Amino acid sequence: MTALVVEDVSKNFGGVAALSNISLGIEPGERRVLLGPNGAGKTTLFHSISGNVVPSAGRIILFGADITRLRPDRRARLGLARTFQITNLFPRLTVLDSVLLALDGASGRGMQLLSLTANDRDRDGQARALLDRWGLAEAAPRIVRTLSYGEQRQLEIALALAGRPRLLLLDEPTAGLSPAETRRVVTMVHALPRDMTILMIEHDMDVAFELADRIAVMHQGRLIAEGDQAAIRANGQVTDIYLGAD
Amino acid sequence: MTARLLAIAGAIAALLLLAALPAFMREYSVALATKMLIFALFAMSLDLLLGYTGLASLGHAAYFGVAAYTVALLVVRAGVSSGLAFPAALAAAAVTGAVFAPLALRARGSYFLMITFALAQVVWSVAFGWRTLTNGDDGMPNVVRPNFGFSLDNTAAFYYFTLAVVAVATLLLVGIVTSPFGRALRGIRESESRMQALGFNVWRYQYVAFVLSATFAGIAGALYAYYNRFVGPEYLYVIQSAEALIMVILGGAGTLIGPAVGAGLIVFLEDFISSMTEHWVLVLGVIYVLVTLFAPRGLSGLVNDLRRLRSAK
Amino acid sequence: MTWVIHILNGVAFGMLLFLLAAGLSLIYGLMRILNLTHGSFYLVGGYIGLSVMQVTGSFVLALIAAVAAIALLGAVIERFFLRRFHLDELPQTLLTFGFLFIFSDLSLWIWGGDPLMLNVPRLFQGSVPMGYYSYPYYRLFLIAVGLLVALGLWWFQERTRLGTMLRAGVDDAEIARALGINVSLLFTLIFAVGAGLAAFAGVLAGPVLSLYPGADFEVLIFAFVVVIVGGLGSLRGALAGALLVGILDDFGKAFFPQFALFTVFVPMAVILVLRPTGLFGRQ
Repeated sequence: MTALVVEDVSKNFGGVAALSNISLGIEPGERRVLLGPNGAGKTTLFHSISGNVVPSAGRIILFGADITRLRPDRRARLGLARTFQITNLFPRLTVLDSVLLALDGASGRGMQLLSLTANDRDRDGQARALLDRWGLAEAAPRIVRTLSYGEQRQLEIALALAGRPRLLLLDEPTAGLSPAETRRVVTMVHALPRDMTILMIEHDMDVAFELADRIAVMHQGRLIAEGDQAAIRANGQVTDIYLGAD
Repeated sequence: MTARLLAIAGAIAALLLLAALPAFMREYSVALATKMLIFALFAMSLDLLLGYTGLASLGHAAYFGVAAYTVALLVVRAGVSSGLAFPAALAAAAVTGAVFAPLALRARGSYFLMITFALAQVVWSVAFGWRTLTNGDDGMPNVVRPNFGFSLDNTAAFYYFTLAVVAVATLLLVGIVTSPFGRALRGIRESESRMQALGFNVWRYQYVAFVLSATFAGIAGALYAYYNRFVGPEYLYVIQSAEALIMVILGGAGTLIGPAVGAGLIVFLEDFISSMTEHWVLVLGVIYVLVTLFAPRGLSGLVNDLRRLRSAK
Repeated sequence: MTWVIHILNGVAFGMLLFLLAAGLSLIYGLMRILNLTHGSFYLVGGYIGLSVMQVTGSFVLALIAAVAAIALLGAVIERFFLRRFHLDELPQTLLTFGFLFIFSDLSLWIWGGDPLMLNVPRLFQGSVPMGYYSYPYYRLFLIAVGLLVALGLWWFQERTRLGTMLRAGVDDAEIARALGINVSLLFTLIFAVGAGLAAFAGVLAGPVLSLYPGADFEVLIFAFVVVIVGGLGSLRGALAGALLVGILDDFGKAFFPQFALFTVFVPMAVILVLRPTGLFGRQ
């Protein structure tokens, strides 16, 4: 079964066509990178998949289930996780609390009104292990807004991974990061298990070509090219659009 | 770990101190302390909604007043025993919260503030206008205090009753805010969209927080009805809601203890300053302005800042 | 004919409410501040107008003095107090509430507890015959003034550069500054204008409603209701809401006296539940 099917999706914002007849299919375990200049509609597509935006037309099917009209939290519980282009964290909470929340959200155990210490210690351990894998173990007690930009971007990804999603949407994970930080993120994404499907928006061509199995290129709300690296490199339209781009 | 032990020790010490109060204070002060406890609970109930969930309500007096009126109506009009009226009052407050929540939650931010204000005003205008039921503006006197085998008419006795009720309620509130549910509320306060992306049904959490908050406000309202032995429309008026809001902000939203102290302080100041000058409203206003300028995060924010300064040295 | 009288009364009261709500809405629309001190601006403005009129006998001077004084007061409050808490709602609430308290007590101290009324300016004394009844010139004057101000504000918003900036919402101070807009000055100016409008309303109201301690709170609640019904940040909403509330209030007082406020609050709650942003609100 295909991991994600985007079926003829269009989105209009009051006369402006942000997305026009986008169709694509992603196989389980695949690493797909979405390329395209600013304003191409990449983030809008992401929002349609994650549920922050409802398409004007078309369907979105996640592992066989039609999720087109589902709320974002329902989609998350079906195994979908995302990071945001503009860092979307919990400014005044601690890093540890943030991860605990991610774990609670994934396990659906958030509604506990009185705490049971045994469970807490378990979850605590899980959270710290996750932070450790992302090099944020020491940051656990710190308040999120005191973290550096790079650390915050890492936390974004860590939160998305906490629930072991089946489909992971990464929205420009390396934007604004130093070369060292970018390296770290690339290594981590590379190391993610193949039972996880990944769809990624990237601007950094090197990162994109390093991580991608297949690439999809968007321009002005349309999908103009799709294929493996060789095919994309050879595509005249794509090079036209990207001439001069990094 | 030690922080928690310290907190528990502090709480026990505070409880013991509060319990010993009547022994060395005059009756007037004990009555004032009772009022301080009641409003501490009212403020904490609002803090659950404002400080923890991030929803600023300007209509919290609705649940406070509905509970109070339920007590008055049952006791005075229906002859129900005062003790039985208490759970009924809580139920009434909870139901009101449950009904108002879906309406208010259609909005956020300033609009939420205005809807909660509007809903409370509707309740107020009913209490104010329906003279045959509520006596309107004159209010309902003769609200008897509960009798559990011993009378609560004695100031000290009622003080202990209030202390017990407020202590239990506070314990529950602390349990709620330190639970995973409480953590989820704080996450919602910080970023609703992030919480949704993590799989939380944000609306459901806000709904539960709203109803819980209303119920705890109802406890305070019922206690206040017993305290005054009288209930009037002012229990429901926007000024009461605004006062609760001020207590929370002054004390420091999102800390529970901040609003409790803020409430106690304001109740005390109102009493103290009004006994010294007729311009107590002016003095209070000046205090509010000064607190905003020098402690914009409220008293608990101030304490945090001082603690951070001290540890930085 | 009584219906006409009631509607005229409602519209006249509505015009006063409009002046208040317009100021409140302007301030919110630009700065996202819910100005609780607005009631004070109304009452103290009215009181100042009263005193000036008592000394000089001139209604016009009273208006000018009140508006100038309160606009200045508003500018000072914005510049030296509210400025520091940009977009920080909780401190703003505590601050504006504190000022409301301060001015409430000060005005009680200075002008006393008895309800006071201004004399109707000589030019508008008397009434115009309407069938069996006669309707006071002054109330017609109120309606006219309200419409004029509404027109003026509309023109300002639609036809001037400043107005365009305001309409753009100035949601992001950074972008605004990048566009060359002196955001600080704009904020202070608009707050002063809002305050001035409230004072204007206070003096105009003097001859028909009385000025008394507590009027600041009451009028603030009405202004809130208007802005809720009409929608925050909308001039059209302020006018529509004000007229609606004015008329509902008058009919309520006339036909359901003890439930009077109910006829105002229930439609407000209903509108809010159906449209949380009010009739013309944004978002």
